[in-house]
Amino acid sequence: MMRRWIGILLLFSVLLSSCSGGQQTVTPASSGLPADAAALAAERGFTPDDVYAALKTYMPSGELDPYIMFSSGGQSGQVLVIGVPSMRILKVIAVFTPEPWQGFGFGGHGDQVLEDGYVNGYEIKWGDTHHPSLSETNGEYDGQFLFINDKANARLAVIDLRDFETKQIIKNPNAINDHGGAFVTPNTEYVIEGPQYAAPLGWEYASLDDYEEKYRGVITFWAFDRMSGRVIPDKSFQMELPPYWQDLCDAGKKVSDGWVFCNSFNVEMATGGIELGNPPFEAGVSRGDTDYLHIIDWKKAEQVYQAGKVETLNGMALIRLQTAIDEGLLFFTPEPKSPHGADVTPGGEFIVVGGKLDPHVTIYSFEKIQQAIAAGGLETDSYGVPVIPLDKVMEAQVELGLGPLHTVFDDKGYAYTSLFLDSAVARWTLGGPYDSLNPEDGWTLVQKLPVQYNIGHIAAAEGDTASPDGLYVVALNKWSIDRFANVGPLLPQNFQLVDITGSGAQMKLLYDMPIGMAEPHYAQIIKADKLNPFEVYPQVGWDPGTMALHPNAITSEDEARVERNGNVVEIWMTVLRSHFKPERIEIQKGDHVIWHLTSLEQTRDATHGFAISGYNINLSLEPGETQTIEFDAVMSGTFTYYCTEFCSALHLEMLGYLLVKP
Amino acid sequence: MRTSHLRAHTPEESEKKTMKKLFSSSLELVVLLPDGSRRRLIDFLIPSAILMSAALILIISMFLPYWRMTMTAPQYPKGLKVDVYVSRLEGDVREIDQLNHYLGMPPLDEGGKFERSISLTAIVVLGLLLIAGVFIGNQWAGVLALPALLFPFIFLADLYLILYKYGQSVDPTSPLGSAIEPFTPPLFGVGVIGQFGTIAEPRIGLYLAFIACAVILAGLWFHRRAYKPVVEAQQKLADKNQDNTAAS
Repeated sequence: MMRRWIGILLLFSVLLSSCSGGQQTVTPASSGLPADAAALAAERGFTPDDVYAALKTYMPSGELDPYIMFSSGGQSGQVLVIGVPSMRILKVIAVFTPEPWQGFGFGGHGDQVLEDGYVNGYEIKWGDTHHPSLSETNGEYDGQFLFINDKANARLAVIDLRDFETKQIIKNPNAINDHGGAFVTPNTEYVIEGPQYAAPLGWEYASLDDYEEKYRGVITFWAFDRMSGRVIPDKSFQMELPPYWQDLCDAGKKVSDGWVFCNSFNVEMATGGIELGNPPFEAGVSRGDTDYLHIIDWKKAEQVYQAGKVETLNGMALIRLQTAIDEGLLFFTPEPKSPHGADVTPGGEFIVVGGKLDPHVTIYSFEKIQQAIAAGGLETDSYGVPVIPLDKVMEAQVELGLGPLHTVFDDKGYAYTSLFLDSAVARWTLGGPYDSLNPEDGWTLVQKLPVQYNIGHIAAAEGDTASPDGLYVVALNKWSIDRFANVGPLLPQNFQLVDITGSGAQMKLLYDMPIGMAEPHYAQIIKADKLNPFEVYPQVGWDPGTMALHPNAITSEDEARVERNGNVVEIWMTVLRSHFKPERIEIQKGDHVIWHLTSLEQTRDATHGFAISGYNINLSLEPGETQTIEFDAVMSGTFTYYCTEFCSALHLEMLGYLLVKP
Repeated sequence: MRTSHLRAHTPEESEKKTMKKLFSSSLELVVLLPDGSRRRLIDFLIPSAILMSAALILIISMFLPYWRMTMTAPQYPKGLKVDVYVSRLEGDVREIDQLNHYLGMPPLDEGGKFERSISLTAIVVLGLLLIAGVFIGNQWAGVLALPALLFPFIFLADLYLILYKYGQSVDPTSPLGSAIEPFTPPLFGVGVIGQFGTIAEPRIGLYLAFIACAVILAGLWFHRRAYKPVVEAQQKLADKNQDNTAAS
């Protein structure tokens, strides 16, 4: 141990001395590394920075990452769980897409979760996951739940972090796509699902000629109940918005608790139609110099909802736009130009909006917003929403470079903004109460670190909470181009880990992580010790669907049995290394089969699978888990069921025969 | 009975003063034996206290593990443990049973079922017998203490028997039953079964039972020292009475 520390100290002294002389390759003589390590570094042509990056990220076997990143899985409809700083994928959580390893959508309780997310009964087999949001208490991640949206179908999913399984998918009855979700309020009172492309409410048909009158945005405040771990639609409400293509939202916190901020990017109300000689959307929505930052008083909106000043549309309580205006729930202020993101600073004082097509980030003061609202006398837009002049509420503008999108924060008063066009991460200083936390002046660009390439979102360790941790930023790059071996014309994305421990212009690139299964969007990074999942389910007979005992659980092999009632065959089966009980099941073609399976295991990692050949059934039965499958025996013949998760030396012997008589 | 022979011998003083003395120092109190000789009261209190503590130690041990088997294998980085209490098994019993079924070994719970079912009552009885010895002013106290003295040895002998039976009852029809020779897991020390290394070791409860033994022996020594003169005095008195009767 001592030797290792001395080695690291030596290494750092070498790094310091060699950094001044530029990035030369490590040589055995100069490095101060142990001879074999120095030889290896020299052989591979490592610079001192490479060695530093390797030592920062290497995780010896059995050592655990101090941070866990939950990343959207993009079009895979899943969520990635990644260890930071090692950047190892720990799990891929099935969310909107059937996933066989977790037995999600192949006969078990996940089927119902997926079915609840169908669009008017139409089966949806995927999701476009964008923004994961960890549940919060007092503006801090509490490690209990994770929410994520499906942009393609305007759906929201709830993942319980006790077992990292998706418990609920809820379809927004009045929207067909969303983008400004999921974002939680500081105590997870509500999960916010903001809209994207406007459509008539309930996505009824309406001609695009009637865009201004009939098309609308709708922001949803899903009430969340921690006890049941479910979104409660009956306690949730929505607010009608003008059809401005609201984009990304963030809830205020601390001083701005009770408010929500969303950027928008089609105040022009362009309706496309390039084929008709109209400007294409890309030009039409970018024509104006400014769009509107939406400022929503959600606590007041909640009172308006509770006072019953709502309409019910498709079963959802809806605050009409006129009510929102009359009650003072909604305000606008200009934001330049085709903006992106609306990120609230840790203390809630400022809202940062990226310019996207403008080289600045614009910083709004919440205090000034309050003063302007209180002063009144505001002009309105064409729908009657009060618009606060930009100069009344702008705190600062910082020129960062081209394509500023998203901003996250650290503990030293720095903000980090992704620059899509520049392919860079910009580190800049916050002013106001953050000014004293670092040596530089407030509202100043400090460093631009090139990343590879086309960065979209950016994540920092607890970087969007009330108290960011600093240490790491991850650049979620859309293109990887030359970073990895060629795997054909569809390339992996590139997650790049950046070291932000040093102050000033000392950000360092540490590690490239290819994501070869989808294009993720946002990610959040939580301190690992805030998560406290089950090692095994708390009791034999646990139903992960309800997080309670399953009514058809059995706790011993003596209770395993088959019962017939007319043409309904009900089976209670135990699962334990390395056998199912019963092992022979004989039924008639046409029987309706209800099959309860209970894993009697209580040992960590002793997971079994359960597949029935020919019937598209596969379950994952984790220790203690009970699941029920139901199917009609439509095919006669001899079928096998077997364990699909290697469980023991006699795993192959873990099977049974399902005999279906013609 | 002892009490009939014990009379506090105090100077002619007011009752108040006597009480004060009783509470302030029993060391000065003396006991008048039937033959007229005097012993200090403390001599009789010491063995009582020691035997009662022995009973207490034994009863405390009921709540603590007596023996532990630890099994280690690559895929169990924390090891598997079973802690044997006089009345129950704790630890990874379920998983050890699960693994043992491959070898066709009976569930751990099968061994010593009867012993465990009576153990709590038995230990309380042993403790009560010890305490009874406090009220018996002769060598029968030693006889009453004997079961408690032997208890840890009986425990170990029984455990050995259980382990022996356990290793001999391999079910030949189990998956690996035919591959295992009958064996006796060690009572103490290390062993190997398949990929598992085993460590068997005594635990705090068993140590306490042995400590109780030592305490009982000490108690009996003091008991003998206190009551032997009483018994002898009684004997002398009886002999004298007999002589008198014979003489008349």
